[in-house]
Amino acid sequence: MLVDNIDLAMVNWARAQFALTAMFHWVFVPLTLGLSFLVAFFESLYVRTGNPEWKRITRFWMSLFGINFAIGVATGIILEFEFGTNWSNYSWMVGDIFGAPLAVEGIFAFFIEATFFAVMFFGWDRVSKGFHLLSTWLVAIGSNLSALWILVANGWMQYPVGMAFNPDKARFEMQSFWEVLFSPVAVSKFTHATTSSFQLAALFVVGVSSWFLLTGRHHTLAKRSILVASVFGLLSSGFVAFTGDEAAFTDARVQPMKLAAFEGLYQGERGAGLTAIGILNPAKAPADDQDPFLVAVKVPGLLSLLANREPGSFVPGIRDLIYGNPAEGIVGIDQKIGRGRQAVSALAAYTAATAAGEAAGRAAALTAFQQHQDFFGYGFLASPEQAVPPVALTFYAFHVMVALGAFFPVLFLLFLVWTMKDTIAGKHWLLRLGVISIFLGYLASQAGWIVAEVGRQPWAIQNLLPVTVARSNLTAGAVQTTFFLFLALFGLLFLAEIRIMLRRIAQGPASF
Amino acid sequence: MIGSLGLDILQKLWWLIASLVGSLFLFLTFVQGGQTLLPFLARSPEEKSLIVNSLGRKWELTFTTLVLFGGALFAAFPLFYATSFGGAYWVWLAILFTFVIQAVSYEYRRKPGNLLGTATYDLFLLVNGSLGILLIGAAVGTFFTGANFTLNAYNLVAWTHPLRGLEAAFNPFNVSLGLFLVFVARLQGALYLLNNLDCTAPAMKALEGRCRRAAFGNLLFALPFLLFVLFRLLTMDGLAVDAAGRVSVEAGKYLHNLMAMPLVALLLLAGLVLVVAGVALARFGASRRGIWLAGPGVVLTGLAVFCLAGLNHTPFYPSLADPAKSLTIANASSSLYTLTAMTYVALAVPLVVGYIAYVWRLMDRKKLGPADLEEAELY
Repeated sequence: MLVDNIDLAMVNWARAQFALTAMFHWVFVPLTLGLSFLVAFFESLYVRTGNPEWKRITRFWMSLFGINFAIGVATGIILEFEFGTNWSNYSWMVGDIFGAPLAVEGIFAFFIEATFFAVMFFGWDRVSKGFHLLSTWLVAIGSNLSALWILVANGWMQYPVGMAFNPDKARFEMQSFWEVLFSPVAVSKFTHATTSSFQLAALFVVGVSSWFLLTGRHHTLAKRSILVASVFGLLSSGFVAFTGDEAAFTDARVQPMKLAAFEGLYQGERGAGLTAIGILNPAKAPADDQDPFLVAVKVPGLLSLLANREPGSFVPGIRDLIYGNPAEGIVGIDQKIGRGRQAVSALAAYTAATAAGEAAGRAAALTAFQQHQDFFGYGFLASPEQAVPPVALTFYAFHVMVALGAFFPVLFLLFLVWTMKDTIAGKHWLLRLGVISIFLGYLASQAGWIVAEVGRQPWAIQNLLPVTVARSNLTAGAVQTTFFLFLALFGLLFLAEIRIMLRRIAQGPASF
Repeated sequence: MIGSLGLDILQKLWWLIASLVGSLFLFLTFVQGGQTLLPFLARSPEEKSLIVNSLGRKWELTFTTLVLFGGALFAAFPLFYATSFGGAYWVWLAILFTFVIQAVSYEYRRKPGNLLGTATYDLFLLVNGSLGILLIGAAVGTFFTGANFTLNAYNLVAWTHPLRGLEAAFNPFNVSLGLFLVFVARLQGALYLLNNLDCTAPAMKALEGRCRRAAFGNLLFALPFLLFVLFRLLTMDGLAVDAAGRVSVEAGKYLHNLMAMPLVALLLLAGLVLVVAGVALARFGASRRGIWLAGPGVVLTGLAVFCLAGLNHTPFYPSLADPAKSLTIANASSSLYTLTAMTYVALAVPLVVGYIAYVWRLMDRKKLGPADLEEAELY
């Protein structure tokens, strides 16, 4: 067998640990991605106008950027190692494809960040104004380039393209670098993740500035910062909506189960409605006829429009995908599991025949394998229901994300209008809402990743490799131990980060 | 042109590229070495601040090089990545922890509200510089002494020792290599500080003297471990792999490698001589540029060691549990397509090295002196 036993406890601890690390990492990354550009805007204004107030603004936000950046670096290295430590079967089976973007990220992006970060922080008196500005821009570009490569890697896991299985090595190998790079999922992942990060950073700047206005301090800094950030936030919001729509459209094509899960859609239909607000029925199982919702408000036809750009089109539900729907040409997972098992046993026969030097057996096994190889991953599922991701978590995360995504542009617009009219300092309710929205920004960002990652369970690589096979050969106890070690370390570092950040904000731009 | 290179050539090329990145990392561990020197070199808060800020402007470069080393191994030799990281779990996690705590320490150590206090973050820097480098050395040592793994028919790893990698830290050869790297990092740290700090001010003379003596002292500490490592390396048995992929034990394998690859012997010799010359220049001369001899010396030495481990039909990750399953650059590598694509990407490396060198020169034209401690952004 490819894997001798499936230790679910170990797999679940490994998943928990990866989720912990990734979510913790993602607390810091979006702010880095967006704030780096905002700092570059502020500094560009300084260089253009020569006004020292812009320099003070630049340096204040830059100091917050630095505090956030360090812990982003610290958590990033863990993720890279964890692919190897906790998912070593994965690392071998797809390393030929997955390793490349990680290495490219190192070469093209990390060194730009590391090199020019030092200039940005310590180069004020050591390099020319122009070179300093260039360095600040390069840090922003470098950070976002690193996001590009890691999201290309992630996009490939959601939609594996440009590769083929090599039965001699029992691994997937790359066939086209460009297909991997320009896969529609990679493109929509990158654009959605970066623009939503710009939005989050804009919320951060607006929120902190709001707090300054509420406490009657640093008025010039706060108003100028709000002006730049709300324009940036508003523009980003447009892109977030557009790229989000694009992401849902690609999901419908390549991960229909994820789409069905985040909409709580069990029974597929034509002209499917989009749930605006809903409470799921916790007792619902795919096979029964219960209503999936306790309460739901739906917008008729909108889901079909979103998924297929055609209001009356058919959107498959969880049931259709599990049990098949011949009328709509959907093959059920029960059938796919059957074919997957044939692929797995053909691979075993092929490997055994190769070891024994039986040419005829080898050729026959290879033919059998090739017939069913597209379903390879399904061969490891114990039941069709295992192919369904946790519906509630995916559903609520998606709806929280979308609701907040609709709210943020309104917020930015209000801030922008009243800042331009110079009446913002008196709008205390809005300023309070601005402060609260920092947290809402993080909530939306984390929710987005929950949709993307929980929604593609049980797959590490969509349809090809379930997490149960992708794991390392470790005991549950070992992974459990490191889970708690990381939890303690992260908790400590997180508290320190928050305290330092709050002190720095309380200090304001005074020291620059 | 790259598209026409054969798989065997690309495998060697990528072993060299990964070795170069690893060796550059060993040079850049002057940051870690400097961190461990902090209690010995700094006699006043100002001196401590100068040292930390001098190292703090380079730490990310070291860190990023380590990340790239991991990334390059993943992309070019995924079977090694999967086998070693997934197998030698505890040693890699221990290394990882020492680098995670380093990454926040510079930024947080003196910031108000930092929760743990400056002393804790300085302790993190010390742990990273000592234990972190020692364990990396022990892990590299397993390229020669082997590791306790086996692979199933599908190349999936199982580890055969309950300590899951930490057992490497109990092997005298591995530990000696680790300690050698710690002392080399320290001597480089002293040489880097000598070069990077503005020692012209009278108040800095004492610190300058301490840096010069520290470089020499740490070279002396490094020597016995170097001699032991070299002696063992040239006398130990190694594995050899033939054209059909059959693995056998060969007495004096690494000595044979050295003789079969005179260029590698030359690299090793030149590297060690440069390290000694760099230290001698600092200790017995007035020059501050010892790091520019010792640093390249470390790179050359590192390259030689990696070449001995992986080239000349030598498994670079010998399996103690099942020698036939040992990893070679041939059986652990990525496919021809991926290595080719990655080689195109690697063409950008000189550009990257170029801008790093340019910015380094630009930023270090003016040496770091007491006047810089007035700056708003300080570690």
